[in-house]
Amino acid sequence: MNTALSWIKAYVPDLECTAQEYCDRMTLSGTKVEGYTALDKNLEKIVVGEIRKIEKHPDADKLIVCQVDIGGQILQIVTGAPNVKEGDKVPVVLDGGKVAGGHDGGPLPEEGIKIKAGRLRGVESAGMMCSIEELGSSRDMYPDAPESGIYILPADAVPGEDAVALLGMRDTVFEYEITSNRVDCYSVLGIAREAAATFDKPFLPPVVKVVENGENVNDYVSVEVEDADLCSRYCARVCTNIKIGPSPEWMQRRLAASGIRPINNLVDVTNYVMEEYGQPMHAFDLDTVAGHKIIVRRAKDGEEFQTLDGQMRKLDKDILMICDAEKEIGIAGIMGGENSKITDKVKTVLFEAAVFNGPNIRKSAKRLGLRTDASGKFEKGLDPANAREAIDRACQLIQELGCGEVVGGTVDVCQTLAPLRVLPFEPDKYNKLLGTRISEEQMLSIFEKLDIRVLRNGDQIQLEIPSFRQDLVGRADLAEEVARFYGYDKIPVTLPASSSTMGKLSFKLRVEQKARDIAEYCGFSQGMSYSFESPKVFDKLLLAQDDKAREAIAISNPLGEDFSIMRTLPLNGMLVSLSNNYNRRNKDVRLYELENVYIPKSLPLTELPDERMQFTLGFYGNGDFYTLKGVVEEFLESLGMKERKVYDPEAGRPFLHPGRQAAILYQGQQLGYLGEVHPLVCENYSIGTRAYVAVLDMPAVLPFATFDRKYEGIARYPAVTRDISMIVPKEVLAGDIESVIVQRGGRLLESYSLFDVYEGSQIKEGCRSLAYTISFRAMDRTLEESDVAGAMKKIVNGLEQLGAQLRDK
Amino acid sequence: MKEKLNAIKEQAIAQIEAVGAQSAQALDKLNDIRVNYLGKKGELTALLKGMKDVAPEERPKVGQMVNDVRAEIEQVLDKATEKMKRAALAGRLSAEKIDVTLPAKMNVIGHRHPNMIALEEVERIFTGMGYEVVEGPEIEKDYYNFEALNIPADHPAKDEQDTFYITGDILLRTQTSGTQVHELEKGRLPIRMLAPGRVFRSDEVDATHSPCFHQIEGLVVDRDITFADLKGTLAEFARELFGEATKVKFRPHHFPFTEPSAEMDVTCFKCGGSGCRFCKGSGWIEILGCGMVHPHVLEMSGVDPEEYTGFAFGVGLERIALLKYEIDDMRLLYENDIRFLKQF
Repeated sequence: MNTALSWIKAYVPDLECTAQEYCDRMTLSGTKVEGYTALDKNLEKIVVGEIRKIEKHPDADKLIVCQVDIGGQILQIVTGAPNVKEGDKVPVVLDGGKVAGGHDGGPLPEEGIKIKAGRLRGVESAGMMCSIEELGSSRDMYPDAPESGIYILPADAVPGEDAVALLGMRDTVFEYEITSNRVDCYSVLGIAREAAATFDKPFLPPVVKVVENGENVNDYVSVEVEDADLCSRYCARVCTNIKIGPSPEWMQRRLAASGIRPINNLVDVTNYVMEEYGQPMHAFDLDTVAGHKIIVRRAKDGEEFQTLDGQMRKLDKDILMICDAEKEIGIAGIMGGENSKITDKVKTVLFEAAVFNGPNIRKSAKRLGLRTDASGKFEKGLDPANAREAIDRACQLIQELGCGEVVGGTVDVCQTLAPLRVLPFEPDKYNKLLGTRISEEQMLSIFEKLDIRVLRNGDQIQLEIPSFRQDLVGRADLAEEVARFYGYDKIPVTLPASSSTMGKLSFKLRVEQKARDIAEYCGFSQGMSYSFESPKVFDKLLLAQDDKAREAIAISNPLGEDFSIMRTLPLNGMLVSLSNNYNRRNKDVRLYELENVYIPKSLPLTELPDERMQFTLGFYGNGDFYTLKGVVEEFLESLGMKERKVYDPEAGRPFLHPGRQAAILYQGQQLGYLGEVHPLVCENYSIGTRAYVAVLDMPAVLPFATFDRKYEGIARYPAVTRDISMIVPKEVLAGDIESVIVQRGGRLLESYSLFDVYEGSQIKEGCRSLAYTISFRAMDRTLEESDVAGAMKKIVNGLEQLGAQLRDK
Repeated sequence: MKEKLNAIKEQAIAQIEAVGAQSAQALDKLNDIRVNYLGKKGELTALLKGMKDVAPEERPKVGQMVNDVRAEIEQVLDKATEKMKRAALAGRLSAEKIDVTLPAKMNVIGHRHPNMIALEEVERIFTGMGYEVVEGPEIEKDYYNFEALNIPADHPAKDEQDTFYITGDILLRTQTSGTQVHELEKGRLPIRMLAPGRVFRSDEVDATHSPCFHQIEGLVVDRDITFADLKGTLAEFARELFGEATKVKFRPHHFPFTEPSAEMDVTCFKCGGSGCRFCKGSGWIEILGCGMVHPHVLEMSGVDPEEYTGFAFGVGLERIALLKYEIDDMRLLYENDIRFLKQF
């Protein structure tokens, strides 16, 4: 909401402050000022000039030479403007002065444009006559300005006086951010009331008195509200003998500063009252209203209606319409109809000031794709008490401006107004909530400044809340009013009394922290990606049509298909990130993410889905499958998971290389998978090299994780080690061999490690050679040869059953 | 005998001194000399062996003389050896000189996401003040995201937040404030809670907007919690996060679930409050929204507002990260370009 300071001052005449002071203090009392613009910015040394004489320029056809009286002094000014004539009063910028913009009306330069005396085609020119654009404004705001050329001031302007003031530009426009609870502040009067309270000055709203012509409104019009649930009040008044003309300069200036284009006296009055009272008004040409009857009712599904902007609008049964005896004439609260629009020939006007249901207007405007100034106000939910005063104010202005006569009386169809809310005055409770010691007197004076009536009944004090403050419902609301005007900055600064709570992270968050640490130790950097993606992702990942992962949660109102489903797999985000890096030619990229996937329990969703945290690692460049396997093992080890992790090559992940993938199992439980990305998937993501990913499903990992550690002692007796080397068919996996070693190694088995893998010319086709060091140890004695012989024999037997052929050492 | 001993001594010392300090075999040569004179077959040993020819009464004296010479030669020899060793070490050290300005051999260590670094910092500050870090669901019931926060159906705030819906009743949470409700419903008081998490709003992607971003919600509920406590806690937070000199300013604002409500500004950490391009000349930067928990919110979740009060606050994590690390485009946070991530 934009408003000129001069308009606020009209109701708070004692207000004296700089623009910055106003901005700061209003913001601190809760009416946030977003910014302000001085209308006279960069307008320097600009006075009224009277053109005394115009001659042709001797050397230029398009230029003229003017003698301009600037108040006791005649200046010679050369101009190319086509519209000036002798006797015109014009704004003249003097030598060394400044204007705000160029004559083309383009964006205004920050520092303005300096004007110096000089010569134009050899003829001296001591200054410049200004167009409205050069003064930083436009024809929209000054409709009387010529399409091109110099702005002509009123004939009574006095040469030599300040032209900027004459144009109403010695003013500052403030832009406010009004919060949704303060409907009353979407009006000049609302803001003025706040300003008066903030600066502790009297608030003097306009005195509304209507001079009527002796006729009776009921002879002109009747009103029937059929759908009272959507219209709590409908006030109608009639003005006759309308004479359309421009509205007065002060009204035009105030509207223009609010960003509203002045049109004519009738339209300007409705806009003026809408700004002043926050109550949208509508004017119908009564002669177009069939039967002189207004009916407020819902539209029918599928009906069409032409709004006054000429557009056809499709209606439905939830849209409220203003109708006459025969037809619709306006969409309630949003826009009037083409068929009842005011023209210059209007004789009798019907004014409407109504209160419609806010949410209904909001939804209707949204469905129609038609948000107007009026609907923007209605949708916040207006105060029904305000409508009557606003319509009277409009009629007062019509009469005062000589725009027409006011017919006596008001048709007022109104639901019973709710009685004013009365709340107890609880000063101790306010202080207790705020942590302050504000006196009762100070609190009461704050309330009174806000037009909250203080009702005293003996010792008991109650507060009567005005109807325009529907936001004041309880104690906390009143405490806020006290705090706002006492000053948030004056409230003391304390810390909550000693804590009986403990600061901590949940176990899940600690495990995630460990995941980040390990990933980073291993050279992986953390990425983040969106939770939603395109359903096309499933094809890119080569998922079968019946793959369970395709059962994703869809967003009903997504930002386009690319963001339309909640991911069920973390791979797309990772692969897109790797692809971004690959295509920017970044080398050796290692990334990880810790983010949720969303697994529906059923579709369509009837209960909240499973949100499963996924620890996803991905890389390309230096390293291979085993590099990633190493990171997985480091992580699981760091969570105290010491038992053997099993890697099952039958992981069944279509997006991974069929020969280079494994499911990760621990104590028979699947924790996730890892592998090389399938070359076709790499191609789909434009990754031109081998890439690897690992995914750990954190909810599956969590039950095994622990940060408890126990000292197991350091072995004091030497180990006995045995090396065995064998030739095995390729189908036998290292994992199978290790299972045998673990199962048969017995109590004394300490560790084993693979130290050689060979396949090649010396080895039988289809086989490979593997060599392990197996180590045995006892904690309490030095082992004898005989202690390990039995275990070794069992191991060798087991390996032979696998098809291994032991080699001589 | 004496002459003979002296001659041996001088000969030995001359030989020792003749050994060139620079010679590579210097230590070997010294060792040879040691063997030649002092060894089992050395000259002095031979002399001692010849003692049988000396008169018995002379023997102690001669023995003493031999030992003196022996000691003297040994001393000279040790000194020379020590000197040689030192020279050899000095030679080695000087030969081993390296160019310390050659490039470092880096360990490849990964980097945390700037959002995460900022979050961990915030978590550190609040866990230090006794807050427990908790989480809530990202896909949420309308009740927790809106209704229980005093935003009933038809409330304009519902439109303002451009919500993504899954069904009529299930949505992507638009704010972490729903975690307040979950925490209150647990019925464990007092509460000091910090709830970071991902939130969603229907904003097109650009330099300052993302449909997916993060907030950190804070909630304190106890007896006698005041607005002054809110101010003190958040001022402390701002100083910890942005530096000791940081000042804060509270401006009245409106949130449906707090009353009184405020927005907190901090002095611009670039210019210290004097006004610069970064803070658009105002000297202040808006950082978070906060307020006293609305009594109706407490009531709806089963906490008696006559007995308990509390405050709540919500911080945009990306906002903190962008400000603190001077990142000028929000899109960078979700592109995961390694050249970006490595800077944190």
